[in-house]
Amino acid sequence: MINAPSPTQSPSTTVPGRLETRGASRSAATLAFAWRTALRIKYVPEQLVDVVAVPLVFTVMFTYLLGGALAGSPSSYLHSLLPGTLVMTLVLLTTFTGTGLRSDLSSGVHDRFQSLPVWRPAPLVGALVGDLGRYLLASSIVFGLGLAMGFRPDGGVGGALAALGLVLVFAHALSWVWIVVGISVRNVSAVNAINIGVQLPLTMASNVFVDPATMPGWLRPIIENNPISFVVTATRGLMHGEAQLSEVLWVLAIAGALLVVFVPLSLYKYRTHRS
Amino acid sequence: MTHPVIHSQGLKKRYGNHKALDGLNLEVPSGGVYALLGPNGAGKTTAVRVLSTLVPPDGGAAHVLGYDLVRDAHTVRSKIALTGQYASVDIDLTGQENLVLIGRLLGLGRAGARRRATEVLERFSLTDAAARQVRTYSGGMRRRLDLAASLIKPPQLLFLDEPTTGLDPRSRIELWTLVRQLVSDGTSVLLTTQYLDEADQLADRIGVLNSGRMVADGTADELKASVGGGSLQVRLLDHEQRDTAAQLLGSQLKAQPHLPPDPAVVEIPVIGSEAANDALTQLHHAGIDIISFSLGQPTLDEVFLSLTGHPTATEELA
Ligand SMILES: Nc1ncnc2c1ncn2[C@@H]1O[C@H](COP(=O)(O)OP(=O)(O)OP(=O)(O)O)[C@@H](O)[C@H]1O
Ligand SMILES: [Mg+2]
Repeated sequence: MINAPSPTQSPSTTVPGRLETRGASRSAATLAFAWRTALRIKYVPEQLVDVVAVPLVFTVMFTYLLGGALAGSPSSYLHSLLPGTLVMTLVLLTTFTGTGLRSDLSSGVHDRFQSLPVWRPAPLVGALVGDLGRYLLASSIVFGLGLAMGFRPDGGVGGALAALGLVLVFAHALSWVWIVVGISVRNVSAVNAINIGVQLPLTMASNVFVDPATMPGWLRPIIENNPISFVVTATRGLMHGEAQLSEVLWVLAIAGALLVVFVPLSLYKYRTHRS
Repeated sequence: MTHPVIHSQGLKKRYGNHKALDGLNLEVPSGGVYALLGPNGAGKTTAVRVLSTLVPPDGGAAHVLGYDLVRDAHTVRSKIALTGQYASVDIDLTGQENLVLIGRLLGLGRAGARRRATEVLERFSLTDAAARQVRTYSGGMRRRLDLAASLIKPPQLLFLDEPTTGLDPRSRIELWTLVRQLVSDGTSVLLTTQYLDEADQLADRIGVLNSGRMVADGTADELKASVGGGSLQVRLLDHEQRDTAAQLLGSQLKAQPHLPPDPAVVEIPVIGSEAANDALTQLHHAGIDIISFSLGQPTLDEVFLSLTGHPTATEELA
């Protein structure tokens, strides 16, 4: 006959001889997820290459085709363009934080991770650490190309490293925005659409390629107040040893504002996702 | 005495206005396989996701392995494993790397995780594919790897959400064998399925889920018995004689014969084997030759239909 499930109190069931583990520590779990991101970079290099190709092609084209007209000579144009290329490259790469997370959420991978006894945000934080590896790899490609084309930072190695550090801080802050996007949209192509529809135009409408002083008056305030322009200006300054403190502080303030808003929002959305 | 591995009372989960779980009472005994059977949208996945601590319930209470699902979620996670309905391995990584990742997350060291991954791959016959990216695996191999990932640290309770959906018959049977091995090692398994034969073959107990509620719970035999008698199926030598045979059986057994699409077959409900015997003798006396006959208990399909009022998804697929 059919038994209706009967309500009884249920004390602990222990099967003896089991390997009991409370799971990896926070840092070990974070590192394990960072390792996973590194492997994904290794196995899907074309992803990185596709994204890095855009700013690199622009850099080569603009330098040799328009450099003379825009800045007197290709080499003096590259002098101010390359820091911008670095910013553009890393900004475009932040999208991967969103696409990676979205594909984990859409498949069962996220569920598996959440069923393990590890710190719940570890997959997010680990992926962000791994993303720093992606940014460093792309940066070395940008610098490699720049050096090959004759770019020399006036600030020397120290200036270049300071510039790189600043761009990394900004890219990391921007990655958190992509976490919110990744959780909020339906699929990976929607994440990419937001990159192409919003982030790419925003990056182009900055002072990466052209000095806003040469632009028509109505356009100038738009370009100058684009946050990307702030990052480019400070990065150029650091790279060539002529940054003003206020320029750098502006970028740190923008990054800080992004973090203050998007870190808690990301963690909240991540925790309550699909519940 | 053993205590239930899952005990839930009035478990509720709603999505908007939709009650995915509408007061689920579930009692899963320790050891063996418990099958949650239900059609699409019955709430099977929701039940598994709630019971494996992925999402908190909106109401009711549950103990898993004796621990409160909400208050002791972390402890529950350290004792269970979940293989979800949708592939939960990273297809960009190799099989080996996927398992090493899980091992590290469970707190094994680098060498320990690698050793354990190798052992588990061996056991699931994936050694040859270990160094290949999972995207090159067949559906059956992915499913095996998915299961392997749940066994890096053998859990006390394993959740399998529709483990054989989309597998060909051979991979399905392979997976059943793996599940039986796990059970003989002492793991309790809660699996969900839309396939009645799967529940019949594999499960010690079956819970029938419909619209977020349990409509029945028991062994396969108990469920079948609850629907009443079985049926006699007769295959005739000469299908021209089917109508005569049906009439004769009908009057003999005082029941409505059923004529399936196969033109040589007559089916009729029957209670008890003596009555069936007598009916067959009557056919013989009437000069109707039969090739074969079978006396079956009701199928779980019939059970399902009588409990939920609608057939299961298997019919749509067949
Ligand atoms: N995240 C969610 N948001 C909104 N509705 C949901 C969500 N998850 C499940 N549901 C709804 O809850 C109901 C039960 O879904 P569930 O996935 O548990 O069914 P199931 O028995 O696993 O079905 P299937 O056999 O198709 O896997 C369905 O009507 C589904 O649409
Ligand atoms: Mg389901």
